[in-house]
Amino acid sequence: MILKIDTSMLVGYIFSLKPMEKKSVRNSSLPQAVVGGLVILICLIFTSLLSCARGSREGSLTVAGSTSVQPFADQWAEVFMHHNPGKVVNVQGGGSSAGIQAALTGAAEIGMSSRELKPEEKVLTEFVVAWDGVAIIVHPTNPVGNLTLEATREIFAGVITSWSQVGWVDRPIYVVTREEGSGTRGAFQEMVMGRTRIAKKAIVEDSNGTVREVVANDPYAIGYISLGLINERVRAVRLDGVEPRIENVISRKYKLIRPFLLLTAGAPQGLAADFIQFVLSEEGQALITKQGLIPGRLVNQEKKMPPEEGA
Amino acid sequence: MRKLKGKERLIRLSLLVVAFSAISVLGLITLFIFSEGLPIMFRHGLKNFLFNLDWYPTEGSFGLLPMIIGSLLVTIGAMLVGVPLGLAGAIYLTQFTSKKVRVVVKPLIELLAGIPSVVYGFIGVVILVPLIRTYLGGPGLSVLAAAVILGIMILPTILSISIDSLMALPPSYREGSIALGATQWQTVRLVLLPAARSGVVASIILGMGRAVGETMAVIMIAGNATSLPRSILDPVRTLTSNIALEMGYASGEHRQALFATGVILFIIIMVLNTIANLTSRKMSS
Repeated sequence: MILKIDTSMLVGYIFSLKPMEKKSVRNSSLPQAVVGGLVILICLIFTSLLSCARGSREGSLTVAGSTSVQPFADQWAEVFMHHNPGKVVNVQGGGSSAGIQAALTGAAEIGMSSRELKPEEKVLTEFVVAWDGVAIIVHPTNPVGNLTLEATREIFAGVITSWSQVGWVDRPIYVVTREEGSGTRGAFQEMVMGRTRIAKKAIVEDSNGTVREVVANDPYAIGYISLGLINERVRAVRLDGVEPRIENVISRKYKLIRPFLLLTAGAPQGLAADFIQFVLSEEGQALITKQGLIPGRLVNQEKKMPPEEGA
Repeated sequence: MRKLKGKERLIRLSLLVVAFSAISVLGLITLFIFSEGLPIMFRHGLKNFLFNLDWYPTEGSFGLLPMIIGSLLVTIGAMLVGVPLGLAGAIYLTQFTSKKVRVVVKPLIELLAGIPSVVYGFIGVVILVPLIRTYLGGPGLSVLAAAVILGIMILPTILSISIDSLMALPPSYREGSIALGATQWQTVRLVLLPAARSGVVASIILGMGRAVGETMAVIMIAGNATSLPRSILDPVRTLTSNIALEMGYASGEHRQALFATGVILFIIIMVLNTIANLTSRKMSS
């Protein structure tokens, strides 16, 4: 409403101005020159900004893709730039698929993905820089300690709706999930749900932290978060009898894990090669271990993908 | 008309340029939202957006109906909480109490408007949601929680504008009514409120605008499920939270679908504003 008043006043003002402008067309050269000058000035500012951005291209590298990998890539980039003054690493989000596309088309020198490559994407060179586990979490007072993969799928699909169906009290299960497009949701969908959809009734939260918060506050809630983010306020459930612990991820007993990949078209060159080398170095890997991720080389890479559901 | 001197014309012209830049920003935003959002709506058919209950944007199903209904429900709920409280407060503070109380209380209530919405959301999550979960059932994150918090958020708007419009009435209205033998409540109901209605309606419209547009607090307390809520204890997602929740990761058609959400929100707000303006004009004439 406030806006409306403003615009109507302004329109009135413009209309009152118009006839006057016509009268004095002859001596309007001065303001025109000023306006022209302004326009030129603005153009100059913009072009100089653009050329600034261009100028630094020599020593710059773009890393784009998965938003799950992004926070870690930001840290790597920060330390890498600290070690290599004058070099610039731009880290962008966009999601795993966008990152893979960017690496394929050359829009970014390095793509980031938090999912396995599909066969047609295998033309890219991939570097497994880390592994992340996804843990199913419940309230600490919840006595349900173990869920099968099928039960988990049915709970999140809304087929199992009461805790009594998995051996607890007859209370409704409140499912907490991540928003559509999230990397964690994508991984969970792929590894647990398969083709089944997550129920529409599920509560949606937009970060690992808020999912954990909701589950920590609601005794009847269940959710999933990154393995590294579990704390004492929630309890991780065993999946098919396997505790979601780092040892079990490394030995590949725990099934809900996903790789964090850096991707290049062909062998990495120049700055991209330096960056990937840094990420895989002791120092680069130490940065992620601190936050609950598992260094890429630790997990047996012969069979990267956990077995498909039912297989 | 007086002929303007060069300098004055210059000032006028530069003001015009500045004013136009403000309007052009508005125009560009509109243009951008529509140019990003409309193509996908026509590609998949309006029906797929407006009358579809399934929101699976990564699978090509863009049903916004639950969010449209969610936005309306949460807004109506907020009005049910905020309008009676705000109006009652305004009537009490202008008619039934001394000036001293009003001078202290009104600025305090207006302070509420300055609290960031994330703080309201946080209070909702920490206090209101567990209360609802414990005493009423359901997951707590619900239509009810969002409506109550939004109702409190729009309270200062409704209250302070209603107070101003009630205070702006000539004292003779009240004095005349009392002199004729009406009770205080009759005076308020039959004389003062009808006389101040354009201001009161304006306050409700402004409050409604805030309720429709509020995003942060709603994301934190509404639960954001994409199903149609069956009761006020069920989680719900509004149009604004749909955009804010998913924009971080959206790409391709998913991103365009979020712009389409923006288009629908834009149209709903235009329709609401037009209806509100028309009714307030009708009432004041």
